[in-house]
Amino acid sequence: MSTSTVDVHPDPHGHGGEHAHDPHQQHHFTTMEQQFDTSKIGMWLFLATEVLTFGGLFAGFGLMQNQYPREFVEAHEQLQRLPGAANTVVLLVSSFTMVMAVLAARTNQAAKTARYLWLTVGCAGIFMCIKAYEYTHKFEEGLLPGIFYHHHGDLIAGSHGYATFFSFYFMMTGLHGLHVLIGMGLLSWLAIRAKRGEFSDKYYTPVDLIGLFWHLVDLVWIYLFPLYYLIS
Amino acid sequence: MSTHTEHAQDPQKEARTYILTLVTLLILTAITVGASYIHFGSGAANVVIALTIATIKAIVVALFFMHLLHDKPVNAIIAVTGFLFLGIFLMFDFIDVGSRGNLQPTNLHPPPAVAAPAGAPGAPAAPAAEKKE
Repeated sequence: MSTSTVDVHPDPHGHGGEHAHDPHQQHHFTTMEQQFDTSKIGMWLFLATEVLTFGGLFAGFGLMQNQYPREFVEAHEQLQRLPGAANTVVLLVSSFTMVMAVLAARTNQAAKTARYLWLTVGCAGIFMCIKAYEYTHKFEEGLLPGIFYHHHGDLIAGSHGYATFFSFYFMMTGLHGLHVLIGMGLLSWLAIRAKRGEFSDKYYTPVDLIGLFWHLVDLVWIYLFPLYYLIS
Repeated sequence: MSTHTEHAQDPQKEARTYILTLVTLLILTAITVGASYIHFGSGAANVVIALTIATIKAIVVALFFMHLLHDKPVNAIIAVTGFLFLGIFLMFDFIDVGSRGNLQPTNLHPPPAVAAPAGAPGAPAAPAAEKKE
């Protein structure tokens, strides 16, 4: 061990001035651009798995719709279009505020980034409130999944179709709602960081990637809305 | 920084693109809701129309909000591949189920109200399991 030949760096980060680079750049990446692109590919791979996760549920829903066509149409009528449509509009607007937050982060407008992110969180909050209103209504009516289903006045008394419909309804909107809640947490964290001025045109990867996640949440709802609320 | 060349255009113009995207999506939402009140022959036709509009909306979101239009092509390849495999999955799923009769699991007995009328057109394979009870 020849300690004399090894460079001793005064910088705790591990290198001297001639190796200076962006503090956000990790050492296994050559450039910031490479790091950004790598993160983005990782995010897109994750989104692909998300598509397949929800895809499995959509497949099951389609098959059960085929199995119980009359029960499903009748159960669809229990869902109110107005809150469903309102939620669609709220999520689309939140996608817009999200993309504006990414733009603001990329153009060094820290305060604006934080404002747009909080707006996105607000939209997500409205979405969850409407969802809570809808769920409460379903609980009161006994429109519950599986064995908990106890709604009265169905046309085909005793059929398993109704309970199956609401199993899928709560599973799919519930998993989507969980994504919205996780998104709200991530967006709040981003907003706090943005306010501190942590993002700039040189480094805005977290805003961009969580933005992609948020748009996927919107995208899933774009399919959930017509399939659940608009069938008659 | 000059590295992110895909975002070369000026922010004002970009913001205008996003507003137009949002307006497009809202109009498409209104069209879907409107179309659901019209009957296009059969229930299946309505579902196909609703899903077509939803797919147009999804493509608009992916291209503009998710930046796939100006992004590096590798991300678009991943996205398209994801949906491609979902398509393969759904296709074989429905072909498989479409070629079978009764899907009821053997432990799920048909409800009494529909057992008599629905029993006749039901699957030829099912009766053995149903007779037990």
